[in-house]
Amino acid sequence: MAGSSTGDAGGASSPAPAIETRELRKQFGRIVALTGLTMTVRKGEVFGFLGPNGAGKTTAVKLLLGLSAPTAGEGQVLGAPLGDLATRQRIGYLPELFRYQGWMTAREVLALHCELARLPRSSWPAGIDEALELVGLADRSNDRVATFSKGMQQRLGLGVALLGQPDLVVLDEPTSALDPVGRQDVRAIIGALRARGATVFLNSHLLTEVERVCDRVAIVDRGRVVAELGMAELLRESGVRILVTGLPDARAIAGPFGQTRLDGEWLAVDSIADEAVPALVARLVARGGAVHAVVPARHTLEERFLSLLGTAPDAAAPGDAEPRP
Amino acid sequence: MNRGAILVIARLTLREAFRRRLLWALVGLTFLLVAVTGWLLGKAAELNPLQGGEQQLILSQLLVMIAFMFSFVLTMTAAFAASPAIGLEIENGLLLAVLARPVRRADVLLGRWLGLALVVVGYALAAGYLELAVARLMTGYVPVDPMVAPLYLAGESLILLTLALVFSTRIAPVASGSIAVVGFGLAWMGGIAGGIGDYLNNDSLRNAGTIAHLILPSDTLWRGAMFALEPPSDVLAAAGSQARIFTVSPFFAGTPPPLPWLAWCAVWVVATLAIGVLLLRRREL
Repeated sequence: MAGSSTGDAGGASSPAPAIETRELRKQFGRIVALTGLTMTVRKGEVFGFLGPNGAGKTTAVKLLLGLSAPTAGEGQVLGAPLGDLATRQRIGYLPELFRYQGWMTAREVLALHCELARLPRSSWPAGIDEALELVGLADRSNDRVATFSKGMQQRLGLGVALLGQPDLVVLDEPTSALDPVGRQDVRAIIGALRARGATVFLNSHLLTEVERVCDRVAIVDRGRVVAELGMAELLRESGVRILVTGLPDARAIAGPFGQTRLDGEWLAVDSIADEAVPALVARLVARGGAVHAVVPARHTLEERFLSLLGTAPDAAAPGDAEPRP
Repeated sequence: MNRGAILVIARLTLREAFRRRLLWALVGLTFLLVAVTGWLLGKAAELNPLQGGEQQLILSQLLVMIAFMFSFVLTMTAAFAASPAIGLEIENGLLLAVLARPVRRADVLLGRWLGLALVVVGYALAAGYLELAVARLMTGYVPVDPMVAPLYLAGESLILLTLALVFSTRIAPVASGSIAVVGFGLAWMGGIAGGIGDYLNNDSLRNAGTIAHLILPSDTLWRGAMFALEPPSDVLAAAGSQARIFTVSPFFAGTPPPLPWLAWCAVWVVATLAIGVLLLRRREL
């Protein structure tokens, strides 16, 4: 894996991962969609898969589900090689481009997927009712899908993905057509899946949504994972913003304490432990700086995302000493 | 290949066909056509008795032409029902949710083929036998093999259905439907060229017919349908020299299709479906 990793995936004592890929590559003619995807998704976690447009996210999802064959590399899903037919019985999938038979009713679409997933026939009625209830379509169950709004069709797709209590649920942009209420419902559904012990692989552009539901995230850029991060660690990870004057080389002084950048008049120090902040302030003062304010800062996923993709202003590596202008 | 998944997809295709208005519109249109052609045949039968088997020859030619029109409708229906079956579902993403299940791409193609084949063959047999029954009622004319003629027509539509379905794995729906219809026309003309080659003992024309029948064997089955609708051989013999004029008609088959050619039709369908499976497997979704 390229980039940083704060997770402990692959430890000897951890159970087999739900998804594991190694240097998975996909090429369409001369266009490389995935350069080399290496990542691990643990069983029972909600895993966010993030990246800018064209990073190869949907291609990666298709490879994981066996909808597309990799050009190179390998991977396993629920312990079986990619594309294994029997394993698909244990996977629920909501495609980004969701579309269901318009001439069927919602209930019939769900019954069709029960049949395709080879679920025991006796479990269909209860499973279908439960899925309809969960996604809020119980009162429209006998209406034709062609009469549904886009948001309702996405809800139906979510219901399809939940059938048969799958061990792994892959959601590709599950809230793209939903209103805020629908998004809240999806968060609740994902929470229920986690509580049941299912693994959720969430591909989404909505970083705040990912931040709220995911245990870990992978950030993918130009077909490669640039970071796998534990969400709890990410949110716990602190920084500090210090308004300091009279010290042109403040950034160099703060370098050993963490990742530094200048934000206007403020010196921002990321990845610094809370207990190290007094020492940093003391050093700045000892070197003759006038410290006017010290403000703790918490990272958002968006900030981390932008910084990892190299689009954050003034991003600098730890110890990257540059005199303050 | 998974027989269960194939049957699920076939059943889905059948349900879809019965739910859509197109099939019922076609059924209504068929009843109208049968009524009109029945009336036409009745009028032809009222002609003053002609010499020998002439009247039967004329009735048979009318019936063959009706069958030709019917086969054209059937072919168009098969081609345009099959042409969006795979391609459109790939384009609009409908297949993604299906193929994420324990379903192979081959299952989808074969299930689609089976479902559409049942619709097309069922329609061809029902409409074909109805037309023959009405023709018999109105004219009293009994062709040489009335039970077999609709089977040949059903087979012919299966060939075009298979072609359009396989093309639909790679090219746009309208294009695949059009190719199937153009193929039908070319195969028919190839068959006529072959017939003329036989009559004139011209190898080039005969070979053109053979090649057409090898590439797209729909005309082989059409010629079988024509032969089955013609009068029995004793009637033809009785008509003597008057029957000769019909033997050069593009709507006349002197002999039924040889068994090896019928076998080739079956092999062609299997081989074309196998190619379709390979094409669909390589298609990026």
